[in-house]
Amino acid sequence: MLNRQGRPTGTGEAATSGAGTFTGNRALLQEEALLFETGRLDATGVDIDEPAPFVSRLGGLERKTPLALPGLSEPEAMRHYVRLSQKNYGIDTGLFPLGSCTMKHNPRLNEKMARLPGIGDIHPLQPVSTVQGALALMEMLGHWLTTLTGMAAVALSPKAGAHGELCGMMAIKAAIAARGEAAQRTVVVVPDSAHGTNPATAALIGFTVRAVPAREDGTVDPEAVKAVLGPDVAAIMLTNPNTCGLFERDVVAIADAVHAAGAYFYCDGANFNAIVDKARPGDLGVDAMHINLHKTFSTPHGGGGPGAGPVVLSDRLAAFAPVPFVRRSGDGLALVEVDGDGEAAQSFGRMTAFHGQMGMFVRAMSYMLSHGSDGLRQASEDAVLNANYVRAGLADLMSQPFGDKPCMHEALFDDTWLKGTGVTTLDFAKAMIDEGYHPMTVYFPLVAHGAMLVEPTESESKASLDLFVATLRDLALAVKAGDTERFTAAPRLAPRRRLDETKAARSPVLRWTPPEPIRDAAE
Amino acid sequence: MRYLPLTDTERADMLARIGVGSIDALFVDIPEKHRLADLVDLPRRKTELEVERAIGRMAAANVSAGSVPFFVGAGAYKHHVPASVDHLIQRSEFLTSYTPYQPEIAQGTLQYLFEFQTQVAALTGMEVANASMYDGSTGCGEAVLMAHRVTRRRKAVLSGGLHPHYADVVRTLSAMAGDDVVALEPDVSAAEDLIQAIDGTVSCVVVQTPDVFGNLRDLRAVADACHANGALLIAVFTEAVSLGLVEPPGAMGADIVVGEGQSIGNALSFGGPYVGLFATRSKYVRQMPGRLCGETVDADGNRGFVLTLSTREQHIRRDKATSNICTNSGLCSLAFTIHMSLLGQAGLTRLARVNHANAVRLADMLDGVPGVTVLNWVFFNEFTVRLPRPAADVVEDLARRGILGGVPVSRLLPGAGLDDLLLVASTEVNTDEDRAALVAGLREVL
Repeated sequence: MLNRQGRPTGTGEAATSGAGTFTGNRALLQEEALLFETGRLDATGVDIDEPAPFVSRLGGLERKTPLALPGLSEPEAMRHYVRLSQKNYGIDTGLFPLGSCTMKHNPRLNEKMARLPGIGDIHPLQPVSTVQGALALMEMLGHWLTTLTGMAAVALSPKAGAHGELCGMMAIKAAIAARGEAAQRTVVVVPDSAHGTNPATAALIGFTVRAVPAREDGTVDPEAVKAVLGPDVAAIMLTNPNTCGLFERDVVAIADAVHAAGAYFYCDGANFNAIVDKARPGDLGVDAMHINLHKTFSTPHGGGGPGAGPVVLSDRLAAFAPVPFVRRSGDGLALVEVDGDGEAAQSFGRMTAFHGQMGMFVRAMSYMLSHGSDGLRQASEDAVLNANYVRAGLADLMSQPFGDKPCMHEALFDDTWLKGTGVTTLDFAKAMIDEGYHPMTVYFPLVAHGAMLVEPTESESKASLDLFVATLRDLALAVKAGDTERFTAAPRLAPRRRLDETKAARSPVLRWTPPEPIRDAAE
Repeated sequence: MRYLPLTDTERADMLARIGVGSIDALFVDIPEKHRLADLVDLPRRKTELEVERAIGRMAAANVSAGSVPFFVGAGAYKHHVPASVDHLIQRSEFLTSYTPYQPEIAQGTLQYLFEFQTQVAALTGMEVANASMYDGSTGCGEAVLMAHRVTRRRKAVLSGGLHPHYADVVRTLSAMAGDDVVALEPDVSAAEDLIQAIDGTVSCVVVQTPDVFGNLRDLRAVADACHANGALLIAVFTEAVSLGLVEPPGAMGADIVVGEGQSIGNALSFGGPYVGLFATRSKYVRQMPGRLCGETVDADGNRGFVLTLSTREQHIRRDKATSNICTNSGLCSLAFTIHMSLLGQAGLTRLARVNHANAVRLADMLDGVPGVTVLNWVFFNEFTVRLPRPAADVVEDLARRGILGGVPVSRLLPGAGLDDLLLVASTEVNTDEDRAALVAGLREVL
């Protein structure tokens, strides 16, 4: 069936979709066409007057190719994007237990601070004399990050976590080259439980990845690390707390072994939020670690970015940090923007235009100042407490791959308990959607079969956790009672039911093109 | 603490339920000697009012673009963003959502990404675009890596008109990956001979238009030379508004178009977060970095959108991925898309024309200032002027008079012997009074 905008509504299967309306709308939940289907080529939501006549200096390069981009008036645009927003689940909507992603509350004070004219409306290449406050904020952020991690230096410019990984690994590669061992040390050791970004990052700059398996308790065995270390190893990339939600209890022994072998210890700091103000990575032997400001320090995830991934460095790596960085200069602050001499003589270079994600720096700083050292510790403790509370509430119904023992900030379950029920991890996750929850991370980490990684964060109240646990218990009992269709047919109540990802990948449609009749009419 | 819901009573209840005596029992895996007893040496928590004051003081120490006559560009541009854009991106369902891994409850994000990809492809004159990169410069680095994958060669040629930060990003990445880079000398007047640098070993040629000195470049000849040698042409832009008025790189033979999208919808924010635009030909889509959103149907046959072709990506392919990228620049791409939807082609074309008109007017005025020479004949909204003394000093002198007059080339290319050159940008925000102030300021300080 087609509605008035000519798009299928599926009302022919109203019994399953539950719509059964002429429009395809369900009261507050409105179907929304693409802006290209409602916009018009001569419509606009921005009043701009034509300039007074002048002589163009485009040198014959005027656009001849039609833009073919329709516009919307302001009321149309407001309605379009508000309706789209209503098809999204956010932290403010409800519990968002996406393990490894740390969906904590995003304070609105931070948004207000980022929009101060002296922050949001300054240019990265203004004279440094006119941005001393911005440099002071960057210096303050650097001070907080190095103090919390016990590290010597910080590189603020990386744009996201994976970019931070790249920064740390480039610093390591530069340090190894400075030792004259670039040709020899070409291997990076990565545990099986690592985020996919770790091996991808290492490979991106020419390293070969050597895997090290986890032991039965879900952590990395220093003996297994020793077995793969050698004169060809440049570094280990270890996530701590790891992706199973466990603290690597032998981290110091691993660090010692890595250092004894002449290699460096890169720590993936994605889960630093569990240990802020409880332990310092620098004390544990870490040489480089990125900090996801969008996880640990609450800058909004924004539907997939922007992030920010500053990297803290040990004194062994500090000299290799990328440009730019902030330095005291007389009674003011300066930016070192060019590598190759002076303080940046050994810098490995530049990773991005300008100075990093200032908009995220100020939000993270606002979060940290709000919490203070006391609040940051409390946040870590509450995050760990909440995860364990959920774990304890589900331990009798859902299986844990590494035994019934305390976790850090996230609780890992596997699908052993689903075996033979006809319900998969994915089905279970989709049924959570119908109950009003965003699913946990599923099928990651790879070391747990059918993994379900639950990270409630410190932002959840006890009442919220109680309801969440009760809901998951109801669902788990429904699985065990054979109520399979509740899961395999889920979600039934979301804006869309399960989407055909195979079709999307087999014949990719990656942009809108005008339907044939419209195109013909235009020609 | 205002962001932490648990009360001490609840904490105690929860510990009892878990079956441990204290919170520290949950941290026992941290080696005891490394468990911090005392709080780290940082200030204690602050009220909202105190934080506003602390950050407000730092913000107040900066000169904001909107408070002065402002002509600073060189890769980031001051434009007017409609109020509705910032309101909409703060809708909490957009702001506080994650990468759309559960598409049934992320259709809002996915649909705007589909719209974004369509807009970027149309703007650049290309067939497909991805769901954004961190920014233009990192996108440029990724474009070079992609060209190496497509051509199975490992040498990039960089135009001397490429933004020096972009060139540095490529250089850094290439040095680390063991790839070759041939960077041409800074090319103030778009006079370089790129074609002589192209041979059968070159993977790609990277050319910016408008280039960092403001020149618009016709890419057709260099595109032909690339294709004759089996190389790809990567076209870069840092001012997306220019695409409203000038022929897009896709129509001039570019194979990959990459650029900075900040100008549309996004604040200056001291350099980030911005949004990288990345577009290419359909035949190369499987070598593209970054997230892609595609159209499909749901179980009821309704149109919907999903992330697709993820077998290119790190979470599936690990060390065989096309890129290590995980996060894109979601919310900034939303701002871009909303602003672009509000403009439409009618608005964008007029906006671009006003930018060009303002820059032409300013160039004419600056040409009349004794000692000042405008070097470009052809430009969009930014051009290079030669001054009788170091531009960095002139910029400082102007700043003391409350004018942010541009970017000294020496800031981007120190030691290149171009200290007397100043990059001057003029957008729709500049008024007649602003232009008069810059002219008067220059007359005073020169």
